[in-house]
This record gives sequence, structure tokens and C-alpha cells, in this order.
Amino acid sequence: MQMSEADSELRYDLPDARGHFGEYGGVFVAETLIRALDELNAGYARYRRDPEFVAELDDELVHYVGRPSPVYHARRWSEMLGGAQIWLKREDLNHTGAHKINNCMGQALLAKRLQKPRVIAETGAGQHGVATATVAARFGMECVVYMGSEDIERQAQNVYRMKLLGASVVPVESGSKTLKDALNEAMRDWVTNVDSTFYIIGTVAGPHPYPMMVRDFQSVIGRECLTQMPRDAGRDPDQVIACVGGGSNAMGIFHPYLDRPGVALVGVEAAGEGIASGRHAASLTAGRPGVLHGNRTYLLQDGNGQIMPTHSVSAGLDYPGVGPEHAYLKDSGRASYVSVTDDEALAAFHVLCRIEGIIPALESSHALAYAAKVAPTLARDRILLVCLSGRGDKDMHTVATRGKLDLAPAARKR
Amino acid sequence: MTERIERRLAALKAQGRTALVPYVTAGDPSLATTVPLIHALVDAGADIVELGVPFSDPMADGPVIQRAAERALAQHVGLRDVIDVAREFRKRDDGTPLVLMGYLNPIEAMGTRAFVDAARAAGIDGLIVVDCPPEEMDALEPMLREAGIAPIFLIAPTTPEARIAAIAKLARGFVYYVSLKGVTGAAHLDVGDVRTHLATIRRHLSVPVGVGFGIRDAQSAQAIAAHADAVVIGARLVHEIETGPPAQAVERAAKWLGGIRRALDAVRKDAA
Repeated sequence: MQMSEADSELRYDLPDARGHFGEYGGVFVAETLIRALDELNAGYARYRRDPEFVAELDDELVHYVGRPSPVYHARRWSEMLGGAQIWLKREDLNHTGAHKINNCMGQALLAKRLQKPRVIAETGAGQHGVATATVAARFGMECVVYMGSEDIERQAQNVYRMKLLGASVVPVESGSKTLKDALNEAMRDWVTNVDSTFYIIGTVAGPHPYPMMVRDFQSVIGRECLTQMPRDAGRDPDQVIACVGGGSNAMGIFHPYLDRPGVALVGVEAAGEGIASGRHAASLTAGRPGVLHGNRTYLLQDGNGQIMPTHSVSAGLDYPGVGPEHAYLKDSGRASYVSVTDDEALAAFHVLCRIEGIIPALESSHALAYAAKVAPTLARDRILLVCLSGRGDKDMHTVATRGKLDLAPAARKR
Repeated sequence: MTERIERRLAALKAQGRTALVPYVTAGDPSLATTVPLIHALVDAGADIVELGVPFSDPMADGPVIQRAAERALAQHVGLRDVIDVAREFRKRDDGTPLVLMGYLNPIEAMGTRAFVDAARAAGIDGLIVVDCPPEEMDALEPMLREAGIAPIFLIAPTTPEARIAAIAKLARGFVYYVSLKGVTGAAHLDVGDVRTHLATIRRHLSVPVGVGFGIRDAQSAQAIAAHADAVVIGARLVHEIETGPPAQAVERAAKWLGGIRRALDAVRKDAA
């Protein structure tokens, strides 16, 4: 979990002791949870650099998760686009099919040390729920996953996977019946069962220390790239591109590059049916700062401060907030944030299937779609590193129901 | 004003009585009903009224108060509407303290300064921000203090003693002891546990202590009243509002609260 040892004057050491990234982050929870968060904070501080903990985590990441994940040069796709070279960080090859397990493994090992026999999680697309159910099975813990009833419908396969792994999946019927409501419900469970229960938050949001801790566990993605890119591609990338819902895969790949100013960092939000339509999930692009789910960050909210319903074809990006560190990186200018529509993401999804033989998750397809836009504008010796955060098996149903629209004209012509 | 809360609680204490503090969500069942509802609750024996500000993501609330917020939000009830309710209530009642209870985001969306000024002008006396612990109150707390609005803090069974002492330094009006681990409206209330915690809290606090979460009938109200300065009842009262035709919600709520009032007054305490 060490910081990059880059030869830079910029020393990035956020968050502060109370979990603030500039004006963002913090601890905005009901009093009942304060002690649990203090305990978690103390526990994490104790173990994050503990050699035994680090060694056990590394061992699990190698032998159970299947790390390191490779970087892959998408040669045919780069050629087709006719510009910059696109490299993919293959988080889709991890056990359970996405980056989510990196964090779940870290938090499960911590839960074990803090003697919490029960873990709970919220999930949107179901990837974090599956990863949590997986590590709970691996360590013999009771597991309860909260999932919006609308998401349960769109992600039936992942619900079945969680149940196979022995988890209880609790449908959440309140509010918009999606990820944000699942998070509310998980918080309510945690408030009630705080003594026995470890809440495994799946993204870089929530009260401190979650945004920092999840980032640290996900930073294995970027740390591997720091050595893989010079070795395999000859140098650092010019741009690192990742999709942003809550933003955990993006923070994981960005963080080790923060003190390398030559590497541009680009987060790609879900523009849904277009920002102007109002049906999107692009909180950094179109939101305002506010307080939700334990932290201050950019939120999609109305004039009364009520959280607005969101839309994205990808359930994993369908969230009205974003991790507070992304809010900070946006304001500071160190990272930039763009957005990509459902249709653009689906087009990129199909192209990657046909040109590279890789079925990407719809979440990751947003990052791919942005790479496809920017690559042709750059010289052939430029390098884009895209975080392919997960595989698309879970999205078959969504893609198939949209199948009448053939969204891959570019691929067809070749 | 903080003083309105202090005066009311001191008077009750002098009489050896326990304050009855009902909670209702503004805009439930409708905005037009809320002012008559609060007056009716006062007539039925409420000493302080907690007025809930509806929020789309009420993390600390159980299903009953969530539904109340959803009913209010379906009518687009916002924080400014809630302040209007308070102003309207004050026209006829200058003595009963009003405490707003809600989450931070609607306050920040309105603008903290604008909110505090409007709340003071409307005659609001105290504020509970469920998801804003004292550590994050740097901006809000001094503004409230200056405006004479009491910042009312929650203390939970999990709050360590050192933290209670820190909260005591900022607390005005009263503190709100959350009598169980869980969300509003949860079931299992352990009176012995409450008594032990209140003893600890009183070692550090000079302001009165209200107890809420999990009080659902005359019996539990009486049991808590033996130890607390104020009894807060929310979810069970909101349940009364939502069960039955909305047109009779005010009557139902007032009738139910009147029963609790009589039960509380049957508890004899030594006057201070």
C-alpha cells in the first residue's frame, strides 16, 4: 500500500485525519455509527501497514483473485481507430469478473481481524454483491446483500450467483429502488447490528475511512500498471481512462499516477440518454456539491436538496453521487471528467467484442467509448491506458433486449 | 430561541412532569394539514414539537418515517415550506418550542446562512441534523448559536464517554438520547440499559435529556419517563397518521398522543 516513489515534488497525501479531501469527504452519519467508524479507522490504521496483513492480502490477490491482471495492447482496435495506441488493464480477468474483488478481499481480511462474523454490502449491478458473497464464502462469514428491487430485475444472473455463494439477497423497495436506496438500507442494517457486523462498502464513497480504504485496496490496479506499462508498452501512458460511477476502479488506477503530472487522468461518467435529457448519472459533469451517504461530494439533486433519480444503461454507474476524492480531483484540475451516452457505450461494447474478442462490462464500455473518441485525434505513438474494469457476461440480457438496434456499424464495414 | 426550550423544560421539571415531544413529518399527510396537526398535538399535551423535514434518502429512519417523507415529497414539500409551517404555527402559539429535525443536504441546498436567518425569523427554536455530527458542524454551529437556535445533538448507546463530554460543550436546549441501536421505529427497548446510559450522560451534561427511538405505547413511555426529562415519540405517532383516512389523521394523532400524555402524568417524579 505504499505511495508511488516517483521523482516528483507533488506529494499527495489526502485525505486528512478526519477524512477530508479539500472540502469533500468527511463523516456525515448518525451518532450511532460514529464509534463503529472510529473502530474501523483505528483497525485499518493498525493493519494497513502490518506486514502480516499485507502479506496475507498479497497472497490472496495472487492465488485466489488471479493477480496481477495483465495490460493488453488492443492492436486491431487501435489500428481501426487510426490514432493513439490503446492498452487495456484487464480487471475483467479477475476472479468474479471485475475489479470489485480487490476491495472485498481487503475488507474481508480486515473484518476477520476485527472479529466481525457477519458482513453486509450494497450492490447495484451485482458485481460488488457477488464479490462480497465470494469472499464471505471463502472466509466462512454470514453475508447479507442489499439490492434495489429494480436492479434485481435487471441483474437476475448476479442475484442467482450471490445465492449460490450462500448470501441472502434483500430486495430494497424504498425510494428509487436502485443502488442509492440499497446503500441507505445497508446503513440501516449496520446501525442496528453494529456490534457483529462489518459493512463492506463497494466504492470510494461513504463516510471516512471508506473512500480512503477502498481506494487503497483498489490501488493495486494502478500500482501494477506503473511497472507493466514501461515493461510492456515501453513507457507510461499519456492518458489513463476509467469509468466513474462511485469511482472505485478509477481511483484505483488513478491514485498511483497522481504524482506523475505527465499522465492525464480522465474519468468517464454515464450520460445516459444525454445530459440535456436529464436522464443520466453524471454527478461530476452536471451535479452540485452536497452531502449524501456519509460524505460531501458532487450530487445530482433538485433545488430543494432532494436526491434525483438517475439513469444509465449500466446499473453499476447508476448512482447520483461520486467518491469525494474524484470531487477533489475535478476541482483541483488534476483529473478531468467527461461523459458518454448509453448508445456510445453500447457501440464500444460491440466493437470490442468483434474486433478484440473481449466482452466488456457496460460500465467499462463507457471508458472504452471515450477512448474510441479521443484515439483518432492523437498521433500513433500516443498511449491510452483504459481500465477494463469488468467483463460483460452479466450484461447479456440488457444488450440482447437492445439488440434490434445494431450499434456496431463501424465494425461491420471491416 | 433556545430560551423557549429552556423555559418550557425548566417549568415542567419544577412541576415534576416529563416533557412530551411528538415528531411529525411536515407535509404528511399534506402540507395544509401540518399546522392544524401541530396545534392539535399541543392541545393533546405536547410540550415541544419536532417537525421533520422530508428528505429523499433518510438513512437513519425506519420504514414508517421513510413513508412519511415519501408522502411529503410526492407533494414536493421542501425546507422553505417547512419553515413556512413554523411561521404559521407561531401566529397562534408563542409558547411551544418547535424543533426542526432532518438531514444536512436540504439545508445546504437552501444555503446555510439563508436557512438560519429564515428559521430564526419563523420562530424555530432548535435544530437536529441527523447526519451531521459535531465534528462537521464548524460552519453551522456558530451561526445557530448566534441566531439563538439550539443545536440539538444525538447521543447513542455507542457514544463513548469522552465524546459525550465533547458534545456537552456544544449542547443547548436538550440532548436527544437515542435509546437503541437502530433506526427510528425499531422495536426492542431496554429500559435498564437506558437508565444506565442516562446516568453516564448526566455526569457530563447540564442540559435536559430527551429519550427517543423505540417508545411506542403508554407503558414504554412511562418506563422511560421515570428517568428522562423528555420523551420523544415519532414513528409510532406517524403510524397513527398513516393508518386510516387522511381526513381524520389530525384527530387520530391527537387522540393517541392524549393517551400518552395521561400515562406520563401518572408518573410521579420529585419536583426540582
